[in-house]
Amino acid sequence: MTEAGIEITKDLTIPKLFVKQCRKYGKNKVAMREKEFGIWIPFTWQDYYDNVKYLALGMVSLGLKPGDKVAMIGDNRPEGLWAEMAALCAGGVAVWLFQDCMMDEVKFIIDHSDTKFFVGETQEEVDKALSIRKECPKMEWILWDDPKGMRNYHQDYLISLNKVQDLGRELDQKEPELFENLVAKGTGGDVCLLFYTSGTTSLPKGVLLSHWNMLTMGHNLMAVDPCYDTDDFVSYLPFAWIGEQMMSISCGLQVGYTVNFPEEPDTAQDNIREIGPHVMFAPPRLYEGMTRKVQVKYIDSTWIKRKIYEFATKIGYKAANLKFDKKPVTFSMKLLSWVAHAVMQKKLKDHLGLSRLRHCYTGGAAMGPDHFRFFHALGVNLKQIYGQTEIAGISVVHRDGDVKFDTVGTPIPETEVKITEEGEILSKSPSVFLGYYKNEEATAEALVDGWLHSGDRGFIDEDGHLVVFDRSKDVMTLNDGRPFSPQYLETRLKFSPFIEEAWAIGDKREFITAVMCIDYAVVGKWADDRKLNYTSYPELSQKPEVYDLIQKQIEEANKDLPGPAKINKFANLYKVFDADDEELTRTSKLRRAFVMDRYKDIVDALYSDVDVVHMDTTITYEDGREQRIKTDLRVQKL
Amino acid sequence: MVQGRQIKEGDTILKLEDIHMSFGKVAALAGVNLEVKKGEIHSIIGPNGAGKTVMMNCINGLYKPQKGNIYLKGERVNDLRPYKRAELGLSRTFQKLELFGGMTVLDNIRLGRHIHLKSGIVSGSIYVGKTKQEEVSSRKFIEEEIIDLLEIQSIRDQSAHMLPYGLQKRVELGRALALNPELLLLDEPLAGLNLEEVEDMARFILDINEEKRWRVTCILVEHDMGVVMDISNRVNVLNFGVQITDGTPEEVQQNPAVVKAYLGEDDLYSTRR
Repeated sequence: MTEAGIEITKDLTIPKLFVKQCRKYGKNKVAMREKEFGIWIPFTWQDYYDNVKYLALGMVSLGLKPGDKVAMIGDNRPEGLWAEMAALCAGGVAVWLFQDCMMDEVKFIIDHSDTKFFVGETQEEVDKALSIRKECPKMEWILWDDPKGMRNYHQDYLISLNKVQDLGRELDQKEPELFENLVAKGTGGDVCLLFYTSGTTSLPKGVLLSHWNMLTMGHNLMAVDPCYDTDDFVSYLPFAWIGEQMMSISCGLQVGYTVNFPEEPDTAQDNIREIGPHVMFAPPRLYEGMTRKVQVKYIDSTWIKRKIYEFATKIGYKAANLKFDKKPVTFSMKLLSWVAHAVMQKKLKDHLGLSRLRHCYTGGAAMGPDHFRFFHALGVNLKQIYGQTEIAGISVVHRDGDVKFDTVGTPIPETEVKITEEGEILSKSPSVFLGYYKNEEATAEALVDGWLHSGDRGFIDEDGHLVVFDRSKDVMTLNDGRPFSPQYLETRLKFSPFIEEAWAIGDKREFITAVMCIDYAVVGKWADDRKLNYTSYPELSQKPEVYDLIQKQIEEANKDLPGPAKINKFANLYKVFDADDEELTRTSKLRRAFVMDRYKDIVDALYSDVDVVHMDTTITYEDGREQRIKTDLRVQKL
Repeated sequence: MVQGRQIKEGDTILKLEDIHMSFGKVAALAGVNLEVKKGEIHSIIGPNGAGKTVMMNCINGLYKPQKGNIYLKGERVNDLRPYKRAELGLSRTFQKLELFGGMTVLDNIRLGRHIHLKSGIVSGSIYVGKTKQEEVSSRKFIEEEIIDLLEIQSIRDQSAHMLPYGLQKRVELGRALALNPELLLLDEPLAGLNLEEVEDMARFILDINEEKRWRVTCILVEHDMGVVMDISNRVNVLNFGVQITDGTPEEVQQNPAVVKAYLGEDDLYSTRR
């Protein structure tokens, strides 16, 4: 078991580190695993090296030049990582797209980034590329890797990854030194990633990150929470999310732990359980999902199991509170905690795949204190990470034994954080990005004297922890003039298993209101148990019984809030907020300005004396089909 | 095992000659002819009660027609029991799901492989030699060809009866494919599915028909005219046991008798939601 002892110099690049690690581990260690056809298939570092080498050379023989952009889209799988690494080895710049990007987004990113190579996974991604090909003339090659459904595609600019690797092998025979020479060429200051941030207000901006940015970030995170090359990590979140790059590439390469890929996105939860990762980084949405799952199973289980669960959680919460308050844990408490662990927590953690977890992070959005407490009560060392894509993903993190659930922790090494007079959070570290691609104006705004302006409002508390209040532009003013974070309210609401999404409204209004999206599966089950008939989400969401249920959940969340911040009125939406409808960003953050405009009628109704809003809107499906929705929404007062 | 002749693409794989089948005084099929070429998707359409499922059951051997001949791969199969016809490479799905609800998805599909398992009770009980080889190759076939094709990885260990209807239909298709058939009878595979599921299923049918690995000839009984007209090579139209016509989708759509008898005055595509 060795720790990462890699020294990061200005000359080091990700490909150089990659080659070094491949030499070190060779055939003796598994670099990655993929579950395929029901079995975990291992790839050693030597396999990793060979695949990347031939892919890189193949791309070179197709005409990839240093600095060219290679866009990738697809599920998490070894081929995705190989393609990215190959692009970097050949001196290219990697651009990742979210798997579920709509056509407009794909077109914008491919065009704006000047992508030359497009790497798709299946027919679906190839179709996306083909349909925008005319509008993106700079895109020369479309690569694909899964032959399913590709039998009728014969265009000469389409090529399979296998064929590309064959080309690479041919080139390697002619010029055996070429690959290593290509890798040796780069320096740390070169751009390696062009990442598009999912703007909550505007078009995505292309963040340019260098090898140095990525490597220092990984190095500094590992300095806080060391990982070992015997560790396992499961890669199942989109590569287009900076957090996944952080773990799979930056930390993964430096430490040399095994990266595991699930069979399909749908099987990720089961596959995580099979692997039992040691380290995990996911956005709050995933932890919220786990919490909901546990809460629902609890409601469904037998009396005796419920009692055991209640007993163990009670102890868990007590122990977690002592930890949060940094109070000594008494012997009797330790004993009780052990009992709780033995009778319930051990099993539950196993089911969630959290058994072997040493470090577990959440980041990318705000997570409610209730969720935080829940995981600590279970004995899971969940910590907050704060950072932006512009700072390679991380600047601040909780330390072991110093977790405060309303803060995001303290800066990682080599990182400074300060607050401006207006309350904006600024940070500075070696990982601060180079600038936005083709957008100097935005770069000048975000980057002043090496300080990254985050656009988030926050403060530093008495223990030196950073507290992130909310996005500056989202902060609401209550009717008594105090500032208030809608996000805080929403995360509290989302602790209820019945609520999937929530949207708090009330900036400079007389009271706070909310639009709720019920969780179809959980509320559906609840309705089944009560013999309530429904046929669809819109119908279920409007049932008076469901309104009463949601009202109870809101009352629960309202309990600890000051008077003016309590939710006064609410309506259940006829659908769940969706990134495809532009209501959420691809990382599931609510786009407030957009929903405010889209659901203006509902907001007006919430602030007037009506009980019912008539809705008549059109939904556009991914394939362009449209459906008209006509429904009535009820407004309920608490 | 009954060995049928090897037949080439474009040759007749199934031929029905003047089939008569009546239940009491009701003539379900009155002199129906059908000729299916290998590699095609041949659809059978007609209003409810036209005799489509009866025809399927006759081909498959569940019913024995009172008159007429059925040739499968050139061999007269009128007197063969259904499992013997299965050995000739005939497989089917059902209009009303016929899955084993209490069994897992994987077990349901494995059942379709049963016909290919030849090892005896002794070797099976100690799991050596032939049994082991068969199990390994069977597992490989199911995982790599069927589960991957139908994208049912996430449900392989779930009980069939717990699944939504659309997925159960997919599992049933998987079980039929496990037989590694040459001719597949699909009895209303799209009934009761939502739009997305219909599109998926139509894609699977095209995949198993066109993909080199499979090249399965399909007989498709279906009410969704949009899909039928889009994916079929030939369409056979029945009405109350009488065959109206058999031709390409274009010919069928232009045939006034078809339009009158079955499709009504409306646009052919009106059944597509």
